This record gives sequence, structure tokens and C-alpha cells, in this order.
Amino acid sequence: MNYLYYPGCSLESSARSYDVSTRWVFHRLSLGLKELEDWNCCGATMYMSIKETIALAFSARNLAIAEKSGGQIVAPCSSCYTILNKTNHILQENFILKAKVNQSLKRAGLEYQGTVRVRHPLDVLVNDVGLEEIKAKMVRPLKGIRIAPYYGCQIVRPEGFFDDRENPTAMDELFASLGATIVPYPVKLRCCGGMLMTTFPEVALALNREILEAAEAEKADLIVTTCPLCQINLDAYQVKINQKFGTNFRLPVMFFTQLLALSLGADRYEIRLKENIVPIPERIIGGLP
Amino acid sequence: MVKAKMREQEGNRKREELLREFWFQVSNIPGGQKIKRCLQCGTCTGSCPVSQTMDLTPREVIALFRAGDMENILKSRTIWICASCYACTVRCPVGIKVTDILYALKRLAMENDLFPSRFPVHALSRSFVTLVNYFGRSYEPGLLILFYLRTNPIKLLGLFPLALKLWRHGRISFIPKRIKRKKDLQAMLKEAEIMEMIIPWELEPVRSH
Ligand code: SF4
Ligand code: SF4
Repeated sequence: MNYLYYPGCSLESSARSYDVSTRWVFHRLSLGLKELEDWNCCGATMYMSIKETIALAFSARNLAIAEKSGGQIVAPCSSCYTILNKTNHILQENFILKAKVNQSLKRAGLEYQGTVRVRHPLDVLVNDVGLEEIKAKMVRPLKGIRIAPYYGCQIVRPEGFFDDRENPTAMDELFASLGATIVPYPVKLRCCGGMLMTTFPEVALALNREILEAAEAEKADLIVTTCPLCQINLDAYQVKINQKFGTNFRLPVMFFTQLLALSLGADRYEIRLKENIVPIPERIIGGLP
Repeated sequence: MVKAKMREQEGNRKREELLREFWFQVSNIPGGQKIKRCLQCGTCTGSCPVSQTMDLTPREVIALFRAGDMENILKSRTIWICASCYACTVRCPVGIKVTDILYALKRLAMENDLFPSRFPVHALSRSFVTLVNYFGRSYEPGLLILFYLRTNPIKLLGLFPLALKLWRHGRISFIPKRIKRKKDLQAMLKEAEIMEMIIPWELEPVRSH
């Protein structure tokens, strides 16, 4: 399969650890991962709230480039993943909007027929590669590590292309197969508030507190996530949450590809461990080169 | 007397226009017409992680829409607090795409300037659009700076400790990334802007189902 990597804007700045660890994992598993040529921002949720056709055209430019290169898009950021999928869906269903968008794409010498598939790396890893093969490449078993798998809201919603919309388990199975203990985590799909952290911080801080609380109640060693926005909200704002609610959280939050890479033998630079703000306990990274 | 009557007529006209515009937006959503089938069961509100902080719950938004009261919907905090988590959409028993309906409402409110000034979500969206239209990609530090300049510049100072922490952990880049074919993108956007306007909303879009 020709995987076209769509890092998205966050993975270029505040979540480079997600970027490098994703590339590392794909490389280790001998999956070709070529960056989508001259990709642009997907428009995120914010563009959608201003102008519809423009938002669609904006994100469709990426789909059109992917179609030309003949491959599937792999988008690690949950928000990019959802937006690109949604654009795809709307353009496949509503041909007036599709005509409008194509009219606009023409100005850039592009056209979109509607044949591209947009995938999440978790989907590719679990379903295209398979747990057996990943396990065969394991170098460091995750034995004795208690993981709270946090999916965040946008990876299986609204469509649920590769996992259950109410109780996804792909990440649970992935890390269980590498020896980790998966704690019961009913808030695995609860929303972290996303950009509300900037616009309505009181609301977002309270949401994040619940997510941390549920992990602590189960004595999780760390939270593993699939989304740059969730990661930064839970990790960088943990101090603020503690200040505001008088709590005492000290829960590391890793990207799932960071932990996976670690288990497959990456060193601390290959997963940019320094980016994680709440330090990862020795028990997990002990002896990591 | 006459003036009051004229004002009332003006108000009615505006209301009707809003409703029609909204209806057009909704019919662009695949399956958007399902909004007519709302059972008022409240599952959407029950699934919403932020409904306690909304002044109108998602269920009430749909009820008000059916009563034709667009103004109160557009003035509410609700559409701006929604975090787009899609919990309501997934659970609605009749398949109403509540999240997408809220997006349509946001667009409507912005187009008609129906929100408090210096309102944070709107300011954030605008700042974002300014950036991505220019660079083709978003740039987080730039986004936050633009945002606070538009809303509350004093708060920029309060951001400093967090920024410092992020910087120490290597999570702030100083150079905005940009795409190569910026000109193409901008030509595209211009065309899309025209496309956004040309189809009058009286025109019923054709749907495949
Ligand atoms: S869940 Fe669906 S049917 Fe029930 S109140 Fe909400 S929109 Fe209406
Ligand atoms: S999408 Fe918005 S309205 Fe729906 S449950 Fe999530 S936050 Fe609430």
C-alpha cells in the first residue's frame, strides 16, 4: 500500500514527538510512509465554523493531491483525521458542493474525484500490519505497566471507520499484546475540550480533571493518547488543573506511537522524550539509551 | 405607531431570512433533513460533556429551531461552547447530525454578526483563518498571539509561564511553516469565495438520498 503521510500543523510544532515516533514506527515495521507533497492545513474545526465551501476546498486540496499520487492518507492528528474524512464524505454525497469545490481546485490545477481513503495510523497498524507482526518485533515488553488508553472524541466519532464508536479497543489490544496491563477506563472517549482550553478555560480544565481522575483511580502509570490536542491539554495543563482544583495529579501522558516505538526498541531521542512535560517514570524508561 | 409596525415587519423579515438561510445550510449536510424527525428525547443533551455549562442544551436548540426562534439560538453560548466531540451525533436515535447543525449555526451567527464583541471563539476562528490563508498552514504561537491581541492583550502576559515551559520542552517552533504553492492556494480560496456566494439559497441542492 502507498501510505501518504499527512502530519498536520500540530505535528510540525508542539507535537513533534508524535511526528517522529510515528515515522519511526512505520519505518521499523517496513511500511513505506511518504509525506503528502505540499500538503496544507486541513482547516481544523475552526475553519468549518466560518465558511463552508472555503473550508471544504481548503481541506480537499489535500485529498486531490493524494488522489493524484495514488495512495491512502495517513493522518495521526484526530482533528485532521476527522476533518479530512468529513470533507471526503460530504464531497462524495453532495455533488453540488463537489462541483463548487472542484471549480475552486481547478485554479490550482487540481481535481478531486472522491476516491481517496483517509486512515489513522492506529487503524493501519492494528488492521494492515496486525498484532502478531508487531509483537514479533517487540524489544522491550511493557510488562507490569498500567496503561489508561485515552482515545479522545474524534478518532472513532462520528463515523467509527475502524473501531467501535462507543467502546473502541484497538489501542487496548495493541498494548495488551505487548504485555501491558490495560486499566478499565470508561472515560476513554470523553472530550478533553480541545480548543476550549483557550476560549473557555474553566470548562476545559474541568473536563481534563475528570479524565485524569479516572486514570488515577485505577492506579494507571500513564495515559496513552492518539491526539495532539488531548496530549497537550492533559500534559501541559496538569499543573494548572492541580492549582485550580487542589488536586495532586502527576500522570505522564504519552502518544501511543511513543510508547509503541519504545517497546519496539527506539531510544529516547527517537521518540523525543523531552517533550513530555510530566516526566515518565523510571520504571517505564529505565535503561533507555 | 407606523414606525413600530415597520420595525416589527423588519424583524419578521430578518427572522424568516435567517430561517431560510439556516435551512439551506442544513440541507447541505448529508442527511440534514432528518432534523425534522427530532423526538425531543434529550439523548444529545445527556451525552454532551459540556451541556451543564450551556445556556441552551442541544435538545433545546433543536426545539427552538422548530419553533422558528433563530435569534435566541444564535445569541446563546451553546453553539460556541460545543467542542465538536460528536457524542450527540453518534447517539441520536434518529440520526440527526447535531454537531454539524451546530456548525451551521456558528456560520450563520458569524455571517450575521450575532455574537458578543470580542467573543473568544469567534476571535479564535478569525485569527486562525487569517493565518492559514496566508501560510497555508497553521502556526500555534502566532495563533495564540493574534487571538489574545483581538480579545484580551493583557492575558498574553499570563501565558508566559506556560510558554516558557513548552519552550523548555522543545514544543515551540519559532518559524511558521508555509506551503510551497501559496499562490495556487490563494487563487483557489478566491474562487471558493465566489462559489460560496453564487448559489442563491433559494436553490434546493440536489441530494443523492
Ligand atoms: S438525541 Fe436526537 S432525537 Fe433526541 S433530542 Fe437530541 S436531536 Fe432530538
Ligand atoms: S458535539 Fe458539541 S453538543 Fe454534541 S456532545 Fe459534543 S460538545 Fe455537546
